[in-house]
Amino acid sequence: MADPVLSIRDLTVEIPTRYGILRPVSGVSYDIAAGEILGVVGESGAGKSMAGNAVIGLLSPPAHIAAGEIHVRGTRVDQLTGDAMRRLRGKEIGMVFQDPLTSLNPLLRIGDQLTETMLAHLDISRAEAERRAVAALEEVGIPGAAERVGSYPHEFSGGMRQRVVIALALCAEPSLIIADEPTTALDVSVQAQIIALLKKLCRERGTAVMLITHDMGVIAEAADRVAVMYAGQLAELGPVRDVLTAPRHPYTHGLMGSTPLASRGKDRLHQIPGAMPRLDALPDGCAFHPRCPRAHDRCRVSPGPRIEDGGGRAACLFPMVEEAVA
Amino acid sequence: MLAFIIRRVFQSILVLLVVGAVAFSMFRFVGDPIDNMLGQERTQADIERLRTELGLDQPFPVQYYKFLKGAVQGNFGVSYRQGRPVSDILIERAPATLELAAVSGFLAITIGIALGVFTAIRRNGFTANAIMSVSLIGVSLPTFLIGILLIYLFSVELGWLPSFGRGETVMVGGWSTGFLTESGLKALILPSITLGLYQMTLIMRLVRSEMLEVLRQDYIRFARARGLRDRAVNFRHALKNTLVPVITVTGLQLGSIIAFAIITETVFQWPGVGLLFINAIQFVDIPVMAAYLMLISVMFVAINLIVDLLYFAIDPRLRADRTAAH
Ligand SMILES: Nc1ncnc2c1ncn2[C@@H]1O[C@H](COP(=O)(O)OP(=O)(O)OP(=O)(O)O)[C@@H](O)[C@H]1O
Ligand code: SF4
Ligand SMILES: [Mg+2]
Repeated sequence: MADPVLSIRDLTVEIPTRYGILRPVSGVSYDIAAGEILGVVGESGAGKSMAGNAVIGLLSPPAHIAAGEIHVRGTRVDQLTGDAMRRLRGKEIGMVFQDPLTSLNPLLRIGDQLTETMLAHLDISRAEAERRAVAALEEVGIPGAAERVGSYPHEFSGGMRQRVVIALALCAEPSLIIADEPTTALDVSVQAQIIALLKKLCRERGTAVMLITHDMGVIAEAADRVAVMYAGQLAELGPVRDVLTAPRHPYTHGLMGSTPLASRGKDRLHQIPGAMPRLDALPDGCAFHPRCPRAHDRCRVSPGPRIEDGGGRAACLFPMVEEAVA
Repeated sequence: MLAFIIRRVFQSILVLLVVGAVAFSMFRFVGDPIDNMLGQERTQADIERLRTELGLDQPFPVQYYKFLKGAVQGNFGVSYRQGRPVSDILIERAPATLELAAVSGFLAITIGIALGVFTAIRRNGFTANAIMSVSLIGVSLPTFLIGILLIYLFSVELGWLPSFGRGETVMVGGWSTGFLTESGLKALILPSITLGLYQMTLIMRLVRSEMLEVLRQDYIRFARARGLRDRAVNFRHALKNTLVPVITVTGLQLGSIIAFAIITETVFQWPGVGLLFINAIQFVDIPVMAAYLMLISVMFVAINLIVDLLYFAIDPRLRADRTAAH
């Protein structure tokens, strides 16, 4: 098998605070292969964005990578700083943010934002960059791209702006895209189009995608594999079909129950009782045990097994096997 | 856009009319100029004659109308004190004030913006914090005190710079300039620092706080995530957005530089219109006072208009909104 584009090993992000050291990401490992879309799900605050920011080197201090390794196409990147890391951003690792209304600079023409990004990374002339800017807009489905390069962000609708954002993230041809809830801020009517576009472009180019989302429908639609995060840890990792239809971790099971999947008809939202523990008050043993319907005494003292890529699928002492989703 | 400008010009004229009326009517209560102009041995006939000569016996609207009619033609009447046309006196005095204000404004804007950007980018650095602390002095010390301290240090103790006056001036086509002689330039230094210091610190603190706000925005994060160089992120993306809100305040500050020139001109015995106004007040020289106030309000109005036009130049969203709205 070819080397994965992204390889994360035991990634731990720490934030030193007055109340002690918080670990919004704790011992997470996964790979993403070329052309593969990994869906990352979990409740708010689970550490999904933190993990993505760690990969692209944009953790805001005092948050920092405290342990583990990140490799992009075989190169270790977690220790890079300053200009060396800057060169990778956009060029190797692209990022799509949640809100297209705020991710574009309102005072610069979108064509200029595209060309400046390409010129920062590619050894091409300005004229060539301008030509590619039009091509990039065409590729993401902006009608009349040749005229629209001169437009300002406010002249586009939300969905169109997210297309521009995707064009910007892809314009220097990165091998990995981190898309942090790329459709959450969009109209429901355009969400599916944006996901389809992202999927199509990345498949064509063989770009690896980390797709962070709350939306199980998006996962089912686009992802090849799913990583489920809970309280900074990886709860479950596996192929999308398996995880959605036969989750092994009780938390994933609860999440599935709490998501109205089109295939499951008019199922009620299933709320998992309780709330995710705060990072400064993580329980001993398995972090999920206070909310877990299957918790045993052992769960209160010993954490579940860590997931190593290719190893077990769920970080649970008593995984669910062959149980249909209720 | 043209409609907008025309509307603003009409508004400006209205403002000027109102300011003129208020200023003109206020002076009627300052004191009777006849008292000052005639000595102790005046007769009732003398008083009546002078009153008619000056038009002071006519009803207020008539006086105001005559004043306006003259003002539009550049005729502000004759100074009660000097017996010369006010417009001649103003033309003689204006270059001193305008040169002083221009140098102060230039220093305030360039140094203010540069320091604001520096302290925002290096927000936790030692130098930046030191600058911020020192700037508190600039905001809290009154102008005349700063002037006196500067005179004490640089004129009295060190003897480097003159403590009063404009130095040698050269006439260039009816404009007396201090820019062309060494003594003229030296004489400008202390007054322009005195006059511009407050505005400079204000602009600096404003730029800093706006810039910090802008640096937190999503489009700055996205610019970083695309691997743009720090210089491009800070100056191309952040500074431009910072300047949008800063422009208004800066414009108003330039207006107040001219208004505050009264104090600085008094401290440094600077032969400009501010000093002229102070002397006019003591003598209830109504034509001079009225002309001065009109001049100041014309400048404020003109600066406001320029500020509005600058908005158009910088912010494409306004261009769109305003043209769409009309
Ligand atoms: N500066 C900080 N100090 C303390 N805790 C922080 C800080 N920044 C983030 N956190 C915590 O880090 C955790 C992980 O945040 P993260 O943004 O990665 O969550 P997320 O999974 O992306 O959630 P969401 O779905 O809401 O985007 C959260 O619990 C958050 O409260
Ligand atoms: S380890 Fe125990 S508490 Fe944790 S999820 Fe598994 S069964 Fe539940
Ligand atoms: Mg997030």
